[in-house]
Amino acid sequence: MMRFLIHRASIAVLVALTVSIIGFALLRLSGDLAAALAGDTAKPEQIAQVAHLYGLDRPLYIQYLDWAGKALHGDLGRSLFDNKPVSQLIAERVGVTAQLSFMSLVYALVIAIPLGVLAATKPNSWIDRASLGLAVFGQAVPNFWFGLILIIVFGVTLRWLPISGSDHFSNFILPTITLGTSVIPAIMRVTRTGMLDALDSDYIRMARAKGLSTVSVLFKHALRNAILPVVSLTAVSLGFLLGGSVIVESVFALNGIGFLAFQSILRTDFPVVQSIVVFVSFAYIVLTLLSDVVNAYLDPRIRIG
Amino acid sequence: MTSIERDRFERSASSAAVAYEREAPSPRAVMRRRALTHPGFLFGGTVMVATILVAIFAPLLTSYDPFAQDLTQRLIPPVWAAKGSWAHLLGTDGFGRDYLTRLIYGARISLIVGFGAAAIAGVIGTSLGLVGGYFGGRVDSVVMYLVNVKLAMPGVLIALSLIAVFGGSVTVVVAVLGLLFWDRFVVVTRSVTQQLRVNDYVTAAQAVGASSRRIILGEILPNVLNHIIVIASLEMASAILVEAALSFLGLGIRPPTPSWGLMISEGRNFMFFQPYLVAIPGAAIFVLVIAINMLGDGIRDITAPEGRN
Repeated sequence: MMRFLIHRASIAVLVALTVSIIGFALLRLSGDLAAALAGDTAKPEQIAQVAHLYGLDRPLYIQYLDWAGKALHGDLGRSLFDNKPVSQLIAERVGVTAQLSFMSLVYALVIAIPLGVLAATKPNSWIDRASLGLAVFGQAVPNFWFGLILIIVFGVTLRWLPISGSDHFSNFILPTITLGTSVIPAIMRVTRTGMLDALDSDYIRMARAKGLSTVSVLFKHALRNAILPVVSLTAVSLGFLLGGSVIVESVFALNGIGFLAFQSILRTDFPVVQSIVVFVSFAYIVLTLLSDVVNAYLDPRIRIG
Repeated sequence: MTSIERDRFERSASSAAVAYEREAPSPRAVMRRRALTHPGFLFGGTVMVATILVAIFAPLLTSYDPFAQDLTQRLIPPVWAAKGSWAHLLGTDGFGRDYLTRLIYGARISLIVGFGAAAIAGVIGTSLGLVGGYFGGRVDSVVMYLVNVKLAMPGVLIALSLIAVFGGSVTVVVAVLGLLFWDRFVVVTRSVTQQLRVNDYVTAAQAVGASSRRIILGEILPNVLNHIIVIASLEMASAILVEAALSFLGLGIRPPTPSWGLMISEGRNFMFFQPYLVAIPGAAIFVLVIAINMLGDGIRDITAPEGRN
C-alpha cells in the first residue's frame, strides 16, 4: 500500500510541476508582458523600466522559479485589470464554481447510477433504451445551447426560475442541469457495464441462491463491486466540471472562476488566466490522486498488484 | 493466458477457420450484412453523407450569399411562422442574411474543424500510443506521463487562451482543437498494441529481423486501425461541440464567417422574441453530433472481429 501511494504521489507531483511550467509558458505566449503593463503609450525606455521593476529582464527559468516559489506561498501576482491580488479574486469566486460543480455532480450521480443499475438488470428493456436515449442526448447536445433553451423555456416562457446571477440557490438550478447533463452518459455507461459484469459473477449467483432479496443482491453485493470504476470516473468528472464550468458560467453569468477566466481572457489579463489554469489543474490532480487512494482502499487487488 | 490455454485457443481458432472457409461468407460479406442491418450506422452514415454533400455543393443549393447583409430584410421569421415567406425558408438573422444559407455554409466549418482536429489529434495520439505500447518500459512511462499532464489541464480554458493569443482563424481553431483531443487515441492504441505485440506474427517479424518501425507500421497499425476510426469519430464530434462553444463565447471562429456556434451567439441577442435564431443552428449541431457518434458506434460494431450483435 505504502509503495503504491508513494509511486502514485510522485507521479502526481511530477505532473503538477509540468502543468505549472506550461501554465507559466502560457503567460509568456501572450506577448511582451512589460509592454502590456506599461500601457499603449509607453516609450521603449519606460517599457524597459517596467521590465526591470517586475524582474521581467531576468532569465526565464529564474522568473519561473520566482513565480512558482511565490505561488507556493499563495502569492499568485496581481491582476493587470484591477490590480487586485489574483489569489483574492480566485478566493472570492471559487465558492460559486465549487457549488456549481458539486451540485452538477450530485445531479448526474443521482440520475446516472440508478438508471445504470436498472438498465443492467433489464438489458434491452424500455428502461435500458430510455437511458441509452438519455446518454445519446447528453453526449450530443451542445451544453451552452441546452442552457439557452432552458433559459427560454423555464426562465422566459414559464418564468419559473431566474436566468442569471449567483446569489440564491435557485440561480444554480438551470446551470446545474446544463452542466451535469454532459457527464451523465459516461457515469451511466460505466455503471451499466460494471453492473452487467458483476451480475454475471459467481458471488451474485451465490447470493441469489442463498435467497437474498433482489434489493440486497443489487445494491449490497453487485453495486459495491460495480462502483469501483465509477469512483475514479467521479473524480475525473469533477475535474472536467471545474474546467467545463467556463462555458456554463458564461451563459448564466454565474460569478465563478470560469466566468472570471473568460472575462480575463477577453481583457488579456493573463496573470489571472494562468493562475486559474494552474489552480484547476491542481484540483484535478489532487482529486484523481484521492480517488486512486480510495480505490486502492476499496480494492485490495490494486494496492497489492 | 497460459501456454496451454493459448494452445487450446489457437487450435480451436484454426479449426474454426477451416469451417469458416467451407461454409461461412467472407468477412467482407459479413461486414456488409451487419452494416445494412445496423440502424445507428445507417442513420449516422446517411446524415453524415448528406451533410458532406450539402457542404461541398453549398453554392448550388442556395441563391443567397451567406455574407450579404440586407437591413430591409431583418429578422424575417421562418416559413412555418405566420409572417414567414417562401423567399427565406428559415427566415433571416439580425443583419438580414438568409438563415438557411448561413446554416448550409456553416456545415463546411463544422466538418473542416471536425475532420481537421480529429486528424491532427489522431496522428499525435496514435503515434504516442503505438510507441508506448510497443516498447513498454521507460518509453511507455514517458507516454503515460504526457497523457496525465494532458488530462490535468483544463482543455477549454487553454483553447480559449490560445485562440485569444493567435486569433480566431479556422486554421488556428483546428490546430488548437487538434492539440486538445489526442489523449483517448493514446490510451486505446496503447492498450491494443500491448495485446498485439505478443502475437506470433509479431514475434515472427522480430525473428526475421524486421525493424521496430516496420513492425509497428506494417504489422500493428493495420490491426489498430478500426479502433482508431472509432475514436476519431468520437473526437470529431467533441471537436465540433467545442468549436461551437468557443465560437459562441466569441473566442473561436470570428464573424462574419458562418459557424453554427457563432450563429447561436449572434441569435442570442434576439432569443426572447426570435427563438428560432438560437434553436435552428443548435439543432443542426445536435443532429450532426448524434449522427457522428452513431456512425462511430456502428463502425465499432460492424468491424468487431467476434461479431457483436
